[in-house]
Amino acid sequence: MAENKGIWVLGEVNNKGPLALTLELLTKAYELKETLKEELSCVLIGKDIGNASEKLFEYGADRVICVEDDSLEPFCEMQQGKILAFLCKQRMPSIIIAGATDRSKAVMAMCATSVGAGLTANCMDISIDSDTGRLLQTRPAYGGNLMATIVSEKMPQMATIRQGVFEAAPCLSKYSSNNEGEIEKIAVPQDLLQNPFHLEACDEIKKDESSPDYENAAIVLVAGRGIGDETSIKGLKRLSGLIGGVVGATRPVCDMGLLPHSAQIGQTGHIISPNVYMGFGVSGAAPHTIGIQGAKVMIGINTDKDAPIFDFVNYGFIADAKEVISSLIKRLEAKK
Amino acid sequence: MGKVNYFLTEEQKMIKELAQQITREKIIPIRAELDEKEEFPWSVMEALSQADLFALFVPEEYGGIGGGCMDICIALEELAYGCIAITTTYAATALGSYPILLYGTEEQKKHYLPHIATGEKLAAFGLTEVTAGSDAAAIKTTAVEDGDSWVINGSKQWITTGGEADVYTIIAMTDRHKGPRGASAFIVEKGDEGFSFGKKEKKMGLRASTTRELFFTNCRIPRDRLLGRRGLGFIIAMRTLDLARPGIGAMGVGLSQAALDEAVRHARQRYQFGQAIISFQAIQHMLADMATQIEASRALVYAIARTIDTGEKDIQKLSAMAKLFPTDTAMKVTVDAVQILGGYGYMKDYPVEKMMRDAKVLQIYEGTNQILRNIIGQYLNKEYS
Amino acid sequence: MRIVCCIKQVPATDSVRFDPEKGTLIREGIRAEINPYDLFALEMAVSLKEASSSGSSEVIALSMGPPQAEEAIKEAVSRGADRGYLLCDKRFAGSDTLATSYILSQAIAHIGGADLVVCGRQTTDGDTAQVGPGIAMRLNAPCATGVLDASVSDDGIIAMKRVVDDKIYRIKCALPMVITVEIGANTPRMPSLKGKMRAKKMDIPVLDADTIGADEGRIGLQGSPTRLSSTYVPEFRGRHEVIECPSDEAADRILSLLKDFGAI
Repeated sequence: MAENKGIWVLGEVNNKGPLALTLELLTKAYELKETLKEELSCVLIGKDIGNASEKLFEYGADRVICVEDDSLEPFCEMQQGKILAFLCKQRMPSIIIAGATDRSKAVMAMCATSVGAGLTANCMDISIDSDTGRLLQTRPAYGGNLMATIVSEKMPQMATIRQGVFEAAPCLSKYSSNNEGEIEKIAVPQDLLQNPFHLEACDEIKKDESSPDYENAAIVLVAGRGIGDETSIKGLKRLSGLIGGVVGATRPVCDMGLLPHSAQIGQTGHIISPNVYMGFGVSGAAPHTIGIQGAKVMIGINTDKDAPIFDFVNYGFIADAKEVISSLIKRLEAKK
Repeated sequence: MGKVNYFLTEEQKMIKELAQQITREKIIPIRAELDEKEEFPWSVMEALSQADLFALFVPEEYGGIGGGCMDICIALEELAYGCIAITTTYAATALGSYPILLYGTEEQKKHYLPHIATGEKLAAFGLTEVTAGSDAAAIKTTAVEDGDSWVINGSKQWITTGGEADVYTIIAMTDRHKGPRGASAFIVEKGDEGFSFGKKEKKMGLRASTTRELFFTNCRIPRDRLLGRRGLGFIIAMRTLDLARPGIGAMGVGLSQAALDEAVRHARQRYQFGQAIISFQAIQHMLADMATQIEASRALVYAIARTIDTGEKDIQKLSAMAKLFPTDTAMKVTVDAVQILGGYGYMKDYPVEKMMRDAKVLQIYEGTNQILRNIIGQYLNKEYS
Repeated sequence: MRIVCCIKQVPATDSVRFDPEKGTLIREGIRAEINPYDLFALEMAVSLKEASSSGSSEVIALSMGPPQAEEAIKEAVSRGADRGYLLCDKRFAGSDTLATSYILSQAIAHIGGADLVVCGRQTTDGDTAQVGPGIAMRLNAPCATGVLDASVSDDGIIAMKRVVDDKIYRIKCALPMVITVEIGANTPRMPSLKGKMRAKKMDIPVLDADTIGADEGRIGLQGSPTRLSSTYVPEFRGRHEVIECPSDEAADRILSLLKDFGAI
């Protein structure tokens, strides 16, 4: 195992450059690098991955490993997973981390299976064990009631990481213009450039108001089962408009079809870190609360004084959330 | 938890479980919206069809499951827990099918029942008219033989699933001078020449169920659409209602149970004067009466449904009782549930006001509870003579 | 066409309660259900079978779990699967996603392979989304995650609509392949009464490690490179106050809080 060296971040780029998540991971990986004293590489696999490298170096990459080919669109997890596995067998890194995006989760799973490595999904923290030098991978378990720290007994140690758990920060001290990282374009065997998928069409999912930017919202109002009816959801949306927030929901509310599943906040939905979180009729089950830990201020309103949400929030109100919504609307509208 | 053991069979437990699942997943989440918008519950009809619940009342040889009265009562009770309007739509198809099941020829059964069993076609039953409700003998719709056809003229009022159903079993006078013995039953299909529908009625409750008038204007149907024999119309109608009434009773049980559950939940959560209102005796006594009457209703419906399943023929009195008591109970229990929820109960944000509005129809349709008392009374007079 | 649908029995999310003091699950009152994602997978599998022109198409439900996971297979049958197998062996216990995908792929090979393997995108308990792609890699078949819609033509080409992050792809691929189905892709049908009766009578064959020819070093804890090293109960810091008050007062206090934090 000792022969495995190098920290890899499986990066993702779009036409605007690297994803914010890739930069978050590089920032964190740079910390790991300081401890492990191993080289930090960012691996890019795709078509038109272009000139993302500058930014990647700025955020701490020593090296950018590129596999660029026209056959890499449409996205095919098997193809990309095999390419990552090929690189991995050739270079033997000790750590590969990637964002917990649809793309990277599938590619990492394919690669891990191919090389027989362990893979931990949706981590919310990673660090190096100071005794063993192993990668500690922390993720929610039992619906977020518990945080479990996982280690892998095989190399490379692989993990996918949720967006928004690390802050991206450029490491300016490291690279000045005279000391740039290395860009390496790798040629892979022909058979890996076969894409079994035939593309018919590809559409971008438009971000409209029905899918707000939960990750970057300053105020998030969440509907829980306690206000699980259409009238209340309408009220909450109106309130949200008045205070400039976005409306999310717990899973039961989405399951009831009152809001789309894309509005789900929590372990299987969005992980949010707003300035203010407000839970209306939210009971505070762990799968939900795991996704709101990053909020600066948390307010919860529920009629049930025993609801777990009250152990959790900064300000709890034992009151009827529906009435509180109407009351807030009345007050805010009176001011206008 | 102190539950009565009704000794349900394995199959009946499956029916109960399935109907509960449909209520939980498909009915409760949309009932308020459908009620508000007066929208027909197509999505639930699809779920019922997937679950084979339309097959329940159809014999196996016609693609059904061949369930008995008890089986259907169990399904109706659980569905009614969610919504009376939606359950009525389901029950109406059973009601519209019974004349074919009871009196249809082999050809008629083969032609209609398999499509009803899959849920692909809904059925409706047409007896009531503007001037003929409880007094069924006063019907004015006529059917006249004309060569190889029957020509129907007249109208039927307040027909559940009218317009949405494909198969209608209706009663019309064929020989007016014979009085009640001059009525006959017919199958009319949506799309038949001269068959049309009136506007959708606006109702106090039962709003997700469609109710329309049926119009017959020289409506010409083939000869073989006559059900049973000429002159059997009233007997067919009465036997159909006898078979269906325990189901309405079962719906009353389901509705009452839902109202009780809401009332108890609320009484435990609502604090006044520093304590949950369920700790007040006034509330406890109301809840106790509700719970006891519901259990009595359920026991009555099950006992009579099972008696019908033994093949007992003389069921008119029993089936009247099986509808009478549970539906009167449902009315009382839902009114009390609204009372216990107080101001909340009166608001549309809570489900009990709808339950109360829906409960009323159970005392009216498929024989008003006054007519049912007449039936029971007349039977008693006969039995003791 | 032979379709294998992989399903998992998971604790119903709303029945899971946790004892924060002890850091353990409260075992009583936990209900088991089919992983909600898998219901969408099963519906897709069954509708593909129904749409298939070949009369010999079938859907086989496959699940790894304890003996009681037989219930999940039976529910799958009541929802339209033709039959199923339960992978049950004490030696499977402790399998991580690497070992699980190995066991499932061995089982698929043992029962004669599949033209199409359909999985739910992820489970509500593990939440990894790794097993579907893992099976595909082991079967050396292409994999498409996040499938929303699919149809198979007579010549064995599957056309799919799939979501990958912010993109929707419409792609075609030759079978065999593995797909994982997105939640909400369809409306899972209700179990049917006839299906429930059929399932009740049906024997669900149990496959153990030996039957599927699994290498003991690759299953269970031994075959799982990931290890649980420690756990902790997440804690929350900061100011904490809970008050009971009429809703109007709550609204006033909330408004002043929002002002204090500069939110309005």
